[in-house]
Amino acid sequence: MNRYSTRKMFHRAGIHRSFSALVLTGALALTATACGGSGSGGAGGGGGTASGSAGGAANVKIGLITKTDTNPYFVKLREAAKAEAAKKGADLIALAGKFDGDNEGQVSALENLVSQGVKGILITPNSSTGILSAIKQARDAGVVVIALDTATDPADAVDATYATDNKQAGVFEGKWVKGTLAGTKPKLLMLDGTPGGTVDDFRHDGFLEGMGLKKGDPEIAGMENTNGDQTKAQTAMENLLQRVPDANAVYTINEPAAAGGYAAISAAGKTKQITMASIDGSCTGVQNVKAGKIGATVMQFPSKMAQQGVDAVVKFAQDGTKPSGFNDTGAQLITDKPVSGLDSKDTTWGLQNCWG
Amino acid sequence: MSTSTNTIAPPPTRTGRDWTWVARQPLVGPLAALVVAVVVFSIGSPRFLSPYNLSLIGQQSIVVGILAVAQTIVILTAGIDLSIGAITVLGTIVMAKTVGSAGALGALLIALVVCVIIGAINGSLVTYLRLPPFIVTLGTFTATSAATQLYAGSATYPVTSQLLTFFGQDFGVGSLRTTLGVAVLIVVYIVCFYILGQTAGGQHVYAVGGNPIAARFAGIKTSRTLMSVYIMTGVIAAIAAWAALGRIPNADPNAYQTANLDTITAVVIGGTSLFGGRGSVVGTLIGTLIVGVLRNGLTLIGVDNLYQNIATGALVILAVAFDQLARRRTQ
Repeated sequence: MNRYSTRKMFHRAGIHRSFSALVLTGALALTATACGGSGSGGAGGGGGTASGSAGGAANVKIGLITKTDTNPYFVKLREAAKAEAAKKGADLIALAGKFDGDNEGQVSALENLVSQGVKGILITPNSSTGILSAIKQARDAGVVVIALDTATDPADAVDATYATDNKQAGVFEGKWVKGTLAGTKPKLLMLDGTPGGTVDDFRHDGFLEGMGLKKGDPEIAGMENTNGDQTKAQTAMENLLQRVPDANAVYTINEPAAAGGYAAISAAGKTKQITMASIDGSCTGVQNVKAGKIGATVMQFPSKMAQQGVDAVVKFAQDGTKPSGFNDTGAQLITDKPVSGLDSKDTTWGLQNCWG
Repeated sequence: MSTSTNTIAPPPTRTGRDWTWVARQPLVGPLAALVVAVVVFSIGSPRFLSPYNLSLIGQQSIVVGILAVAQTIVILTAGIDLSIGAITVLGTIVMAKTVGSAGALGALLIALVVCVIIGAINGSLVTYLRLPPFIVTLGTFTATSAATQLYAGSATYPVTSQLLTFFGQDFGVGSLRTTLGVAVLIVVYIVCFYILGQTAGGQHVYAVGGNPIAARFAGIKTSRTLMSVYIMTGVIAAIAAWAALGRIPNADPNAYQTANLDTITAVVIGGTSLFGGRGSVVGTLIGTLIVGVLRNGLTLIGVDNLYQNIATGALVILAVAFDQLARRRTQ
């Protein structure tokens, strides 16, 4: 190691760093641009049905912001939206929050989409109140904003909402559990979702209404938040069962939570003792109903929400008619153990119409 | 220490024709990456360079940017702070809940005190019990998040106070409009840049991070330096909380869950070494902007969220790899 080579080492290190940083960032950005061209096509980035890259001025641009990228419900919503957009010749960009409850990420996504010049934005808000100022800015800029699946609070902060009537879904779930308990006094455990969203509140309140209970009733033996996540729900259920070993009814906000809850219940050996119901209608969930892991579920129709939302934006782009109001995409009780007086369909029908 | 007859190479002379000097400055890499990204995106989308869009990037970088300064200072001492996002969220909830009884100014002061206390807890555990910062701040992160959920009662609090949402206000020159939060971001950077570069205390931070034993033998009070670093983190977190309420006037206990990792991303991309002693807040500012530019730019050219995440992750790995390569080659 001599003087000359030490100097060369410094020389090489600095240049090596800067040059390679340049090259690789350039490569990254170029790859991104390539992906961007097919970003509105299939999820695989193959661009088979791509309706053009950012240069396509003739295509309507639609933005979709889901709560997260990972919940299968939102994956299904996104796929249905992309398919409908491809059918109608529109470009759809799919963004999401970083985690269930991430309002900040959705606000940034909204702003960036408006900056990009989209005609309409479809959003499932993480926070029904925190997103309001960003939605107002978007609407003031002439972008039509539609809430999918989750209403904002107040609901007229968006142009239109395409969602399940979550209160009604909760009522169905509650009435089924009540009917199945058949007069036994309920000892109820509730696996809730994430606070701050209307879906959470509506389903929770609807369930209590269907059960004939009120907030604060002694029959409600325990409640835990699960963020709609299977792992968190399992932990929550284990803890609740420790506190309330003689529970006989469980409300779950969605099917991943129910799956987690079931794991805890069966580990505790209480499957015969507990009646559990859920909401969602995913194919996995309906399978669970068929297998007896969940007693009943209320099916939602995210594909309808996505399709109707995309169609509404395309129509707005074509002739300027804005969509409006609350558009109920339907809720259907699915169970193999029907309760008299309560309309339901069996799991065979469920498996034919499920999503995911 | 080698016993051979090597002489230590004198620092390379800076002549007008020594272009390599430019390339060897540590900030050139991140700056070049930022410039390339901006160029690529402005080609990809005509709207990218519009004042409105650039202002958006600034606004979206406010909270993580302010927190990244604090993270830089901590990382310079060869530490790390995983609790920084949680402290800020607690700050926002404290502000939102106490504004009714203590008034806006009172709410700000109470939140400042709370944030500084948690920073001081971090500092004490690191300094006096000599626990590793990673472990300490992991613990405070969990505890603070839980405390926030308890205190907030799992609800969100819309904030209407003028003073608390002060930094959300528009300001600007002519058609170049942005929010005051961006101004706060820049002021925080300037202040910290000055403190780190031009004051003895700032130099002590580098010394403690680079070689704590040598620093102590040189007469630097390492305990005092570390304590002040973590307390400063608390202060900066409180400022970030105030700016956060300006950006989104809603105090949400579930917010900023990934802020700690986002700040580390910005610091690392900006060229600060995770092993302490090397780096600058300017690099962090560049790192924050790169992340913001990537997110905004990729959205503008129509790239889906998941691909955006892949790009950001790849960038972090590359940045750390280069830092390591550079270290190895200069040793």
